[in-house]
Parts: sequence; structure tokens; C-alpha cells
Amino acid sequence: MSSYNLTHLSQLEHEAIFVLREVAAQFERPALLFSGGKDSIVMARLAQKAFAPAKLPFPLVHVDTGHNFPEAIEYRDWFAEDVGARLVVRYVADSIKAGRCQEEKGPNPSRNGLQTVTLLDTIEEFKYDACLGGARRDEEKARAKERFFSHRDEFGQWDPKNQRPELWNLFNGRKNQGEHFRVFPLSNWTEMDVWQYIAREKLKIPSIYFSHQRRVVNRNGVLLAESPYITLLDGEHYEERTVRYRTVGDSTCTGAVESPASTLAEIIQEVASARQTERGTRADDKRSESAMEDRKKAGYF
Amino acid sequence: MSATPTTAAAPVHTDEHYLAMDLLRFTTAGSVDDGKSTLIGRLLYDSKAIFEDTLENLERVTEQRGEETLNLALLTDGLRAEREQGITIDVAYRYFATPKRKFIIADTPGHIQYTRNMVTGASTANLAIILIDARKGVIEQTCRHSFIASLLGIPHVVVAVNKMDLVDFSEARFNEIVAQYSEFASRLNIADIKFIPISALHGDNVVENSTRTPWYHGGSLLYTLETVYIGSDHNHIDPRFSIQTVIRPNNDAHHDFRGFAGRVAGGVFKPGDEIVSLPSGLPAVIKSIHGPEGELAEAFAPMSVAITLDREIDSSRGDLFAKPNNQPAVTQDIEAMICWFAPAKLNPGGKYILRHATRETKCAVKAVRYKVNINTLHKNTEDLSIGMNDIGRIHVRTAVPLMIDSYKRNRTTGSFILIEEFSNATVGAGMIMWTEGSERGQTEQFADMGGL
Ligand SMILES: Nc1nc2c(ncn2[C@@H]2O[C@H](COP(=O)(O)OP(=O)(O)OP(=O)(O)O)[C@@H](O)[C@H]2O)c(=O)[nH]1
Ligand SMILES: [Mg+2]
Repeated sequence: MSSYNLTHLSQLEHEAIFVLREVAAQFERPALLFSGGKDSIVMARLAQKAFAPAKLPFPLVHVDTGHNFPEAIEYRDWFAEDVGARLVVRYVADSIKAGRCQEEKGPNPSRNGLQTVTLLDTIEEFKYDACLGGARRDEEKARAKERFFSHRDEFGQWDPKNQRPELWNLFNGRKNQGEHFRVFPLSNWTEMDVWQYIAREKLKIPSIYFSHQRRVVNRNGVLLAESPYITLLDGEHYEERTVRYRTVGDSTCTGAVESPASTLAEIIQEVASARQTERGTRADDKRSESAMEDRKKAGYF
Repeated sequence: MSATPTTAAAPVHTDEHYLAMDLLRFTTAGSVDDGKSTLIGRLLYDSKAIFEDTLENLERVTEQRGEETLNLALLTDGLRAEREQGITIDVAYRYFATPKRKFIIADTPGHIQYTRNMVTGASTANLAIILIDARKGVIEQTCRHSFIASLLGIPHVVVAVNKMDLVDFSEARFNEIVAQYSEFASRLNIADIKFIPISALHGDNVVENSTRTPWYHGGSLLYTLETVYIGSDHNHIDPRFSIQTVIRPNNDAHHDFRGFAGRVAGGVFKPGDEIVSLPSGLPAVIKSIHGPEGELAEAFAPMSVAITLDREIDSSRGDLFAKPNNQPAVTQDIEAMICWFAPAKLNPGGKYILRHATRETKCAVKAVRYKVNINTLHKNTEDLSIGMNDIGRIHVRTAVPLMIDSYKRNRTTGSFILIEEFSNATVGAGMIMWTEGSERGQTEQFADMGGL
């Protein structure tokens, strides 16, 4: 008898495809949240594979804070066209204009939290009943508690104390009017798995993941990129550094890491010996002990 | 053995090595406060799998809480409510690798109120670490979790007798607990049980063997996790493929493509194989199999593929492909062990929604046959009320036929969940009992699961 073994990366791939297909089968109006970051790129790639040779059965949805890295936005548009997917973009700026939320004050006002408002409005506008997210359990301690199929009440809220049991691979996507689900096909992937997969699939990724020269300011240990949305404080100044990004979020709260890694192989080496978590560069998580949990309860990604 | 903060670093691995490593999924179990989360924290800490910023954060939070030693349980107890109460509420998943293996850890709650979350974490595990507080010995929750592990078919159990520091690392106490547990476990169906005396708080026998238990000659917990044999828990004998969805491209290039998408739940499928689609019984021949990396010569569990056939047959989500000479039972009557999660009791005669493989149907609970006494494992046929955290045996009748195997034979086609119609809550987990050849599976002795 031959040995029927799969590498763990393949196991993760098959698992994610199974989850993506469950979403297409169980929901009427699913959407895939796509930011142009590495996790959403991997998720979108898996979705392509899950439904090939047919097209993606859901649109790509991006909540644009207006503070995104231009490289990620360019990539997003290219990707949507390349896979022939419908791209829906909604802007935090519009939510602010409409008085749905308010710009933060301070030296680096972040629109990260405001995304929740725009996201929930978008979900309501299109009546999405399931939103696929690229979040992984290894990213953060509140995310470590997520189910694959994560229920959201009619206000878009997560109730971590009262999640549905999730047995085996039986996903219960039943819901009442107005409720929706967030689904995380990459739940069991680690940062390393994501990079290994990008390498295996030879996926194109936005250039900011690779080493480059950039003017940054060191604020509380986070290297923030020069941008019009940041006001320098006394004693702060921009300086040019050789950096790359480990995660791509809002530029006002995502820090760069100093790195010479300019190829996938070098990035993988770097990840393997990393001593900091990837979200260590996220100022949004540093705001308080339960910053992520609180945002997630309110309806964040 | 005390915790000197070391520089944390993830183990380095080359690509080929990393990709070839095998994977062990394990879960913690045992009563509240037996030290499960502390143990996971200790395991990660001593094997240097904690990142610097996580560690700094842990030190800061420990200090803020006015605690003297690093509170390792906080590594998995990440929710605000958990940290407030010092207990685990829901499963936390952690990932780590040593040079030998990759691990997915599910740290589950011991509190009886959250048994449903323990079952969630345990349902996908190949190994369970059952903790026992050395001072308390085997208590009801130890029994409940062990029985659930046995029901779920977890092949390996490591009994970690914890808090040995509080019983002076007494060999006699350890042996007493080993005897106590062995007596209980003889009625279960767990193939492999190992016992390790540990102190999660101080690290004894967690990663390194401890000098404080010179009488213990077995390996440390990590050594055991790295070396336990893990065969595939997939069935590669009985061909089973439940259809999730049908892929129809509707474009000129693939005009005639009709792919049945799903995940192989058992056996092996190859192009040219004759299949039957159930429940219709219609035969067909496999034309091609498409996997994530292109066309395949064979597909086996747990691969996600799309299968095309040589002819048009009416099959869709919820149907199942098997082979003519190896078919599951097609039935509306199901005998099963049920774990009950809802605060409201199981309603005999009540209607629920049942989800099995990719099929969802209404069902009615026709009978409760017995309830299991968790401490003695006796069948109680007098008190048949199944309340929250109870385990019992039921007979359900479904509105449409299901294609089933016994849980023992196949975890996918042998399991189901019950959903309450209006709240949509998942209220029960079922493990099917079925003997090939028996008409309704009613006569089967439950010797193959949980020892009942
Ligand atoms: N002395 C001693 N105390 C321990 C040991 N292991 C854990 N503890 C303490 O026992 C208490 C409970 O530990 P946890 O790890 O939170 O227990 P748990 O099993 O995860 O609890 P739940 O998840 O709520 O079921 C904490 O105060 C720990 O410090 C040990 O080996 N020795
Ligand atoms: Mg715990």
C-alpha cells in the first residue's frame, strides 16, 4: 500500500479550500475581504483554486482607510483585474463625511478602528451574509479564540464568551435575519506557512514586503512611514532606513521592520529566526491589553 | 527549575525540513484549575517558542496584576473575562514547532459550564493531555473529559499528574493516582495511556526531566509529544466523498465542465473508477480529478478536489460518492451517542436540525436509550433526561436518508451535530453507532466506543 500522506502545508491548503467551498454552499451573498496584504492574497489564491475553472463566486471587498500604502492599493486593483473578480471598495473618508464616525485626534490619528463602521455599513449595503477574512489564530491572543465560522449578531458584534461549539469539520452557518458570519479559512496557518505558500505558489506580492529604502520616524519603537497623515512631535525626525513590512495595514499604525530581505527565500529565513511577533509592529494592538478583543467585539475584521 | 527569562526564539528550520515535518494536534483536558493553561505556557516558554514582545507583555501584565511569578496561563487565556476570573472560557489555539515536529495545541477550559468548548478543541485532536491535580486525584471532571476523549476516538492520552510540588514530589501519591486512573480507564477505549508526574508551574518534567522525581524513568512531556507515533487518523479503505457544491464555469473554454467539489472522507478515488452516487444509487465512471495543484492520478482523505464524471447524473450538495462494492448505510434511523451542550434539556420527541457531512435535514429524537453515569460509566435507563454536559445514547429519525458509517470507522461520515431550530445554536454532537450488516444498528453493543 502506498502511503497516503500530505505535507502539513498541503493539509492546510485542503482544509482552507474545504472551508471556502462551505461558504459558497451555505451562504447566499458571501464576500471576500481583500486588502492586498499577504494573508488576503493567499486566501484569494485558495479561493481561485477552490472554484477553478469557474470564476470566484464572490466579490473582493476592500475597506479603504485612505491611509493605505499606495503599493497595496495598486496591487489590489491589479489582482482583481488579473483574476477577473468584481472589486467593491468603500471609503472610511465617506463614512466620516456622512457623519457615521469621527476622525481621531492626536499626532497619528488612526482610521483603523473607524474601518469597523465602514465595514458594517458595507455589509449592510450589499446584504453580505458571510465575509471571508484572512485572519489567523497565531496572530493575536483574541484571534486565537476564533472559530472558523464566527457568528456576528445583527449589530455585527462578536460574543467571545458564547461562541457556538464547532465540532470536527461541521460548520453551522445558520443565522437569523440581519446576522452574518465571519469566516476564516486560514485559521490554522502561521506566518511561516503563509510565506511558504507564497513561495510554493510563486505568488506576486506588493513590493513593500521586500526590503527597500524609506523615510521613517521612530515613535515608541514603531517605525512609521513618512506620510501626510503623521505630525512629527518635538524631537522627532524622519530618517532613511532599509526596511520592509511584515504586515500591511493602515500606514499610520503599521510599523516597518529594518531588514535587508529582498527575496522570498530571505524573508522566510528572517521569519524563521524572528524574535518578535508580526503584530509587534502594529501600534493599533499596543493601545491596550484587549485592544484586539474590543475591536473584534465591535465588529472589526 | 525556576523561570529565568531567557531570550526567546523560534526554532530555525530550512524549507525542506519545515515542509516535511509531521503534525501533531493535541488538546488539554481535566478539571478547572488543574493547570492546563499553565502547562501550555510552560511548554511554550521552556521550548523557547515565545516571541520577545509576547514575553515582555506577559511580564508587564503579570506585574500589573501584582503576581510574583510569571503567569504563564495568560499566554492562552487571552480574553478579558478569562484574565479577570483566572479561568479558561473558550479554546485557545497555539502553534509551535520543535526541530522534530509541528504542533497545533488546543487549550480547553476545565470548567463544567464550558464543556462544549472542551469538546470543540478535542474533536480534531490526535492526543489529549489530561491533567490531574496531585492533591485532588481523579475527580468527576477528570472522568468526564476522559470519557469524552474516548468517545471522540482520540487514540493517545497522556495523564499529567500536576502540582507535584505541592505533594513533595511523592512517588507514592503519584502511584496512587496512576492506580486510580487506570482502574477508571480500563472501562474506556483508549489505546495508549502514559503517565507523567509534572509541575507545570515550575517546569518539572515538562521540557526537561526533573531532578526532583528521580524515581520517574519515563520521558518528559515534550519528549513524549515529539516521539508518540502518529498514524494517519484518516480512513484510506472505504471510499466516501460528500459533495459540497457543483462547479459549473459557464464559459466557452469550459463549457461542459461539471465538477463535483468536495473533500475525500475515506478511501481512494482514481480516474476510471466506477462510483455510485447516493442516495440515488446511480452509477458513473470518474473522468478526471482536479486538486489544488492540477489534475490528479488519485485522491484520498483529507484532500479537497473536484471530480468530473463520464455521464450526466443528477447529483448535488449533500449526495455522496462511494464504490459499488463498498457503500455506507443509507438510512433515516440513526443510533448515536450524544454530548449535550445546551442549557435546555434534550427534548425527547423534539425536532432538531441535523447536519451530517454536507447534508442538513430535519430530524426527530425518537428515543433516549440511556444516560451515562460519568463517574461509574454505568448506563442509567431510569433517568433519561439529557441535560447540559450529559452524554447519552439516542435514536433519531431524519427527514431524508443519510449515508452513514460508524464513527469508529469514519469520523466524517460517522458524526453529526444537532442544531436548535430557532436560535440556530449547536446543541449536541453525535457519534454514530452502526455495525455493518445490522438492520438498524440497534443491537450493537457499544463496546467499540468509550467502552460502554
Ligand atoms: N503549585 C502549583 N500550582 C500550579 C501548578 N500548575 C498550575 N498551578 C496553579 O493553578 C492555578 C490554575 O492554573 P491554570 O493553568 O489556570 O488552570 P487550568 O487548568 O488552565 O484552569 P481552567 O482552564 O480554568 O480549567 C494557577 O494559580 C496556577 O498557578 C503546579 O504545577 N504547581
Ligand atoms: Mg486554562
